[in-house]
Amino acid sequence: MASERGNRVNRDEKLPMLKLTVVQYGILVMMLVLTAGLWRLQVLGGDSWRVLAEQNRIRKVPVLAARGKLLDRDGRLLVDNYPSVSCFLVREQNRNIDNDLPLIAKGLNLDLEQLRATLHRYRLAPGYQPIPIKQDISPDEQAFIEAHRNELPELETIDEERRLYPRDGFAAHLIGYVGEVSEEMLNNAAYAYYEPGDVVGMAGVEKTYDELLRGQDGSMDVIVDSHGREVGRRGIQLATPGQDLKLTIDNDVQRAAELALGDANGAVVAMDPRNGEILALVSHPSYDPNAFAVRIGRAEWSKLVTDPNHPLMNKAIQDQLAPGSTFKIIMSVAGMQEGVVQNMHVSCAGGGTFFGHFFKCDKHHGVLSVHEAIPLSCDTFFYAVAERLGIDTIAKYATQLGIGSKTGIDLPNEMAGIMPSTQWKMKNYHEKWYAGEAISVGIGQGAVAVTPLQLVRALSGIASNGHLVRPHVVDPGQLKPEFRQAVLDSFPGMGERQVELNSDTWMTATEGMAAATTTGTAAAAHLDGIDFAGKTGTAQVVGGGDTHTKGGARTPNAWFVGMVPRRNPEFAVVVLQEHGDWGAGSAKLAAQVVTAYVNKKRKQENNLLLQADKTPKPVEMGALWSTPETPAGRNAAGHQAGMGGGRFLVAADARPVRAKSNLAAGPRFVYPALGAKDAAKIEKVKGYPKNPSVPEKGREKPDAIALAALPERYRGVVSGGGR
Amino acid sequence: MRRYLSFRDFDWPLLGLVLILCAISVLEIYSATLHTKYAGFHSKQLYWICGGIVLMFVMSKIDYHRLLDVIWWVYGFCLVSLVAVKLVGTKVLGARRWIKLGPMHFQPSEWVKLVLIVMVAHYFANLGGRRLTWGDIFKAMGLVGIPMLLVLLQPDLGTALTYTPILLAGLFLGGIHWKQAAILGTVGLLAVVGVWSSGKVLKPYQKARLTSFLKPDDDPKGAGYQIRQSLIAVGSGGVWGKGAEQGSQTQGDFLPIPHADFIFAAFSEEHGFTGAFLVLLLYFVILMRLIQNAQTAADMSGSLLVMGVVAVLTFQIAVNVGMVIGFMPVTGIPLPLMSYGGSSVLFTFLALGVVMNVRMRRFVN
Repeated sequence: MASERGNRVNRDEKLPMLKLTVVQYGILVMMLVLTAGLWRLQVLGGDSWRVLAEQNRIRKVPVLAARGKLLDRDGRLLVDNYPSVSCFLVREQNRNIDNDLPLIAKGLNLDLEQLRATLHRYRLAPGYQPIPIKQDISPDEQAFIEAHRNELPELETIDEERRLYPRDGFAAHLIGYVGEVSEEMLNNAAYAYYEPGDVVGMAGVEKTYDELLRGQDGSMDVIVDSHGREVGRRGIQLATPGQDLKLTIDNDVQRAAELALGDANGAVVAMDPRNGEILALVSHPSYDPNAFAVRIGRAEWSKLVTDPNHPLMNKAIQDQLAPGSTFKIIMSVAGMQEGVVQNMHVSCAGGGTFFGHFFKCDKHHGVLSVHEAIPLSCDTFFYAVAERLGIDTIAKYATQLGIGSKTGIDLPNEMAGIMPSTQWKMKNYHEKWYAGEAISVGIGQGAVAVTPLQLVRALSGIASNGHLVRPHVVDPGQLKPEFRQAVLDSFPGMGERQVELNSDTWMTATEGMAAATTTGTAAAAHLDGIDFAGKTGTAQVVGGGDTHTKGGARTPNAWFVGMVPRRNPEFAVVVLQEHGDWGAGSAKLAAQVVTAYVNKKRKQENNLLLQADKTPKPVEMGALWSTPETPAGRNAAGHQAGMGGGRFLVAADARPVRAKSNLAAGPRFVYPALGAKDAAKIEKVKGYPKNPSVPEKGREKPDAIALAALPERYRGVVSGGGR
Repeated sequence: MRRYLSFRDFDWPLLGLVLILCAISVLEIYSATLHTKYAGFHSKQLYWICGGIVLMFVMSKIDYHRLLDVIWWVYGFCLVSLVAVKLVGTKVLGARRWIKLGPMHFQPSEWVKLVLIVMVAHYFANLGGRRLTWGDIFKAMGLVGIPMLLVLLQPDLGTALTYTPILLAGLFLGGIHWKQAAILGTVGLLAVVGVWSSGKVLKPYQKARLTSFLKPDDDPKGAGYQIRQSLIAVGSGGVWGKGAEQGSQTQGDFLPIPHADFIFAAFSEEHGFTGAFLVLLLYFVILMRLIQNAQTAADMSGSLLVMGVVAVLTFQIAVNVGMVIGFMPVTGIPLPLMSYGGSSVLFTFLALGVVMNVRMRRFVN
């Protein structure tokens, strides 16, 4: 019906103009509304939208600081970093990340539950902060992230420097390891500096010196597109790398110590007793710190923690064991200082009866004095000494020598050991001390317990005429004064200490130790051409009794503390073999370390290139003189008449000349090249005592000033006395 | 008697304004696609515009009365093509909108707009401006409703919606009484509410798209993402804009399809309120010029043709710009003369050709 009409269009009518005007106004209104909308967005709200646009495209990415390297004392690299890629998760994009987790876990070879736990830990962290989910990812995993940029835009990779430790656990306990800062640590005020995901030193030097090693992280703004692809960078704030630290460790000595100890459980510490520098520190069994550098797996961790040999324990500073016969040196010192041992002779018949009990000795030593008792390690003799001294006198000297207190080494978690006394027993057991208990303390058994480090410090301190050092593994010279003080404060211990020893005490102890390695218990470890002294210890373990079944848990612990040279040693070493049977075996291991040290030193001394730069050391000279009797009984200088002797320091490049002295007594050498101030150094050091057994305090007084001016190692008696 | 037809009567100022918009469009497409896989689309757009201008001249040469006379045949063919696209069309992103002819893809729903403009003009012109009966109204609704339903089934909600202003303009200009309009409006509103709550006609994703503009932050990664990114783009443009090729939202690929549906957002980001306002002003002037052409048309059918074009363009501008600034849901309606796309460009120029056609024949009769 419409087709007839509809096929041709009506051409007659006109559209009413009014309606078109209405349409025009309608369009005007629409345009005004749209313009108002634009005005509201762009002119009124422009700034806040601009912030959102910036957040859209800018991603804050940390620039991680490389940790400082660790070097040995000769500047050889010990711990380095290597470039590595870590994967982070960025939450800013408002995606529902939970749904992506299974895919992420699969692609990155992560445990899904562990990944969820990681995210949970960061729930309170600000949204812009990326969450580290896997460190040191493999190229495969990197490829996975690249391939899933669109599906998983929240994944971000960051290049960082990762710790590379020596292999096979070399010096692992000394170096320590780093790990991700844990939640408990973050709750601790001491870790206020750290943020979740930061790497922090967990043990050893890495922990103590973390503040220096960690450096300062930087950051940069990465401009990304909607797929998280980087399209540019700006505002890069570079990271400040951590400070490199030079350790006191000598790689060669450390290696010798590691090799010497081998598979045995125990510890070796080598130290310079002059200044406390640790040259080697070994604790076995060891662990691989590289396993910690990337987050350690749960299985691996529990294996380390449950191992009965305690691989994570730094036995050099944490193992507290009976010192055994090594303690006899401390006993000798106590006895000599008390004037008890000098003229003491004890008959050993395979033991002796004290307080009604028979105490055994290894051998029938016959009648012996202290000079034989030390090298032969006669138990009977020291039972008798202990009986004469009593526990509190023993404790007094042992405590002075550092037994029972921390040494203050700059490594975390040092143990103090135990030095029993009547007071100690009352405090800890609320019991009276039985005099008989002191007998076994006399041979380093009973309640007394020491760490290897304590022992080597005490015995080498005795050999250094009572000069005890603060052991340390980092050369303090490279530290800022405030940080050096902070280290001292955070590792309280005995530190440096001078114990006043009589000269005959010093002589007896050192000569006894020297004899031990020539004719005594450690004769098998004798080193030709090296002035090697030491003391063995075979410490029975609880419930072990006398059994020497090698390897068993009841086998005695084997100790040896050795040093070169015998007096004022420059190198001391302690070897502890847990259940190692005889101390003589440890002495052989110590001899290996000593040989390595001495050989290296001799090589260096013969190397003219190395020597060329060194300033010549002053040479020590000894002299004897007689002081004539004057009518007044005393000469002008106040010295008593008689034989005098002393040591002098002579600068190697100066020719000594006889000079007029304003002092009436004693020949003096004066160096024209040096001023009067330097001449004070060329002082008589110490008089030769007339009667070694009775110290005359008054006689030593005139020399006190001269003593103070000299390095401690030169304080001493001209050899020849003391026996 | 037929007067000699001259291109002097061609609406050159209108063409000039249109070409300014086209130039802006090409430059913005260049800027927005610079670092994307769409790089080079600006030259394609240029080809479409050239083709569109040619089509416009061709269209202006055919007397629109001829066009109106054969419209029933064209309308029939249109319905067939829409059915064909449902049956043999190429499926893209879950919707059959495209039909492949040789190397070209056509989107018939785009041409249907033009056909409906002519159809509606023809229908109401023949009614002669008399008061509409309910029968007239339902017939008109049927004429528009059938192709609209077919397009809705593709499904292409956005294009289907662009057909409504053609019908509304026809009804309004064709002489609907305000009482009828009020009743129709009420019924329409009820129908919309019914369709919405029935949950059968509209797919959930369509619903989500239609409502997410109200609260774009509720689902910032899903339906609200595009709106949110668009608002950030427009808002961060500020008064003066970030400069060509400097828009971080556009260049960083945060803004979805910045060369097509969201080109106005990209333009607003890079040229700020100043630029956006100038573009809106251009559109306003163009629309006013079109209405002027409707006023000067020789007869009612010519006026209705031009007003159909005005209705479609106005609707598209309102919906697209409204979408970009968060007043309207995301419907996938392109901005005429700005958005990239061959079908859209060709339709717009063909529609302008119709307007030119009417203008050139204003003194005829």
